[in-house]
Amino acid sequence: MSTLKPLTGAQAAAEAMRQINPDVVAAYPITPQTPIVEQFAQFVANGIVDTKTIPVESEHSAMSATVGASAAGARAMCATSSQGLALMWEVVAAVPGLRLPIVMPIVDRALSAPINIHCDHSDVMGTATIGWIQIFSENAQEVYENMLLAVKIAEDKDVLLPAMVMQDGFIISHGVENVEVFDDDKVKAFVGERNPDRYLLDVDHPYTIGPLALPDYYFEIKRQQEEAMKNAKRVYIEAGKELSKITGKTYPYFESYKLDDAEAAIVVLSSTAGTAKDTVDKMRAEGKKVGLLKPKLFRPFPYKEVREALKNIPVIGVLDRSIAFGAYAPLYAEIRNALFELDKRPKLQSYIFGLGGKDIFKSQIEKAFDELLSGDVTPEEERYIGLRG
Amino acid sequence: MKEVYEVRMHARAGQGAKSGSQLLAEAAFKQGKWIQSFPEYGSERRGAPTVSYTRISDKQLRTHEPIVNPDVVLVFDLGIAKTVPVTKGLSEETGILIVNTNKSPEYIKKVTGFNGKVYTLDATGISLKLLGIDAPNVPMLGALIKVTDVVSLETLETVIKEHFLAKLGEEKVNKNIEGLKKAYEEVTK
Repeated sequence: MSTLKPLTGAQAAAEAMRQINPDVVAAYPITPQTPIVEQFAQFVANGIVDTKTIPVESEHSAMSATVGASAAGARAMCATSSQGLALMWEVVAAVPGLRLPIVMPIVDRALSAPINIHCDHSDVMGTATIGWIQIFSENAQEVYENMLLAVKIAEDKDVLLPAMVMQDGFIISHGVENVEVFDDDKVKAFVGERNPDRYLLDVDHPYTIGPLALPDYYFEIKRQQEEAMKNAKRVYIEAGKELSKITGKTYPYFESYKLDDAEAAIVVLSSTAGTAKDTVDKMRAEGKKVGLLKPKLFRPFPYKEVREALKNIPVIGVLDRSIAFGAYAPLYAEIRNALFELDKRPKLQSYIFGLGGKDIFKSQIEKAFDELLSGDVTPEEERYIGLRG
Repeated sequence: MKEVYEVRMHARAGQGAKSGSQLLAEAAFKQGKWIQSFPEYGSERRGAPTVSYTRISDKQLRTHEPIVNPDVVLVFDLGIAKTVPVTKGLSEETGILIVNTNKSPEYIKKVTGFNGKVYTLDATGISLKLLGIDAPNVPMLGALIKVTDVVSLETLETVIKEHFLAKLGEEKVNKNIEGLKKAYEEVTK
């Protein structure tokens, strides 16, 4: 049995947190904090969860407190967005090296300047190289399920890495949609309780966390972190298989939508993938063979599997909701990398769209598909969708 | 009803269009539909023009684009129409425009240039009389469901009760329901 609820993406993340029942949640309770913590604080106030909340004085402190709690042995969580993620960056970057399985939902929003509160992926893409597992969600339903998955992967003994679960700011975080919430008992059994081998409050087995490691051992510790990332790729699938026993759904690295015979494909993350699926259906009905690949697991990135899925597509457009200034856009760069091993590579085009919440419409995606189908691509030069002329 | 039914609400921040959009979506949800309710956020100043969207469908909703061709547009404050193209994308053949005003539909057609179906309702008048505040959202929903049958009056009543009982108390909830029903009766073509 499951229950259907009308929830925002933020509420869906909070609903997952209610079932996960973390020991500690630390947050800075004003903007840029998200409604995730606002909703979760109500669960705490109403005694629905037994979580200890720590209101702190900044996002930097929020992640610091989360780190402290996690190191002490607690299941600790935090949520943030945009400037909040930027402010806590120093501590965020330390978490993977500390091997703390903190799970943090992220509401993706633009970074200043100029000041903007709306959706894009600039915030999270800035953290793509520092060792967090990163899972992107298309809608509120995926947010909920990815949160459960993230806890399971992060806390796995072969992984012990932090995980971020992304949702598009406002579009998903503040939009109400149907969300199927699975039974508390089953979900609680799936996520279990955190059971660390080592933790600071285990006074009978003292250990040091976050020591100095100079050229003697720093490199070796980082090498272990990369091994854990490789394990995360395997555990993602294992955890997904287990979760599917509850949800009846599958949890692949990415979603392939009508790709098999596609003559052109678009690769895009998050909420825009839903809009793109409707576009694919419309164009398919008109006899145009188009398809979509929506990455879900972004870190670790499943290069080999993406290559297999895209190898026979003649032309591919990659839509990024952020710019990597002076470089190829983040998702485009990954797709380009993934295809390098092929003898005969698809043609590629990079598109940038939706920065600072600029709307993206089906008609614009259709136009991009038409460009791709015509073979009119400039692989070394990005194009912009929806930019004022 | 169409496969996907789309409603766009133009209001001023503080008039409750976001809640209105959500109440409508939740009523449809209760009737077994797939729903989306999402506002367009600007700078959050009371009185600034806002847009809220509701999608209602028998099939799972995947798109996340703003509503381009609404079936119905609700205008909570006619003054907004001076600066915002409120009837943009609204078909004159099939589209419906509902405006909160004490003016006639003919007058609205003249000022908006929209020559499709127009309905008017003094939602602010109803709200001021019953609640003493300018909260036209619930009366506007009353007009909407009278004109379109998109959800039933009973379901909407239930949702309003669930939403506001704890927050506003029984007396105000009953006044809201009264406003809903009054609007349902009073909307003029």
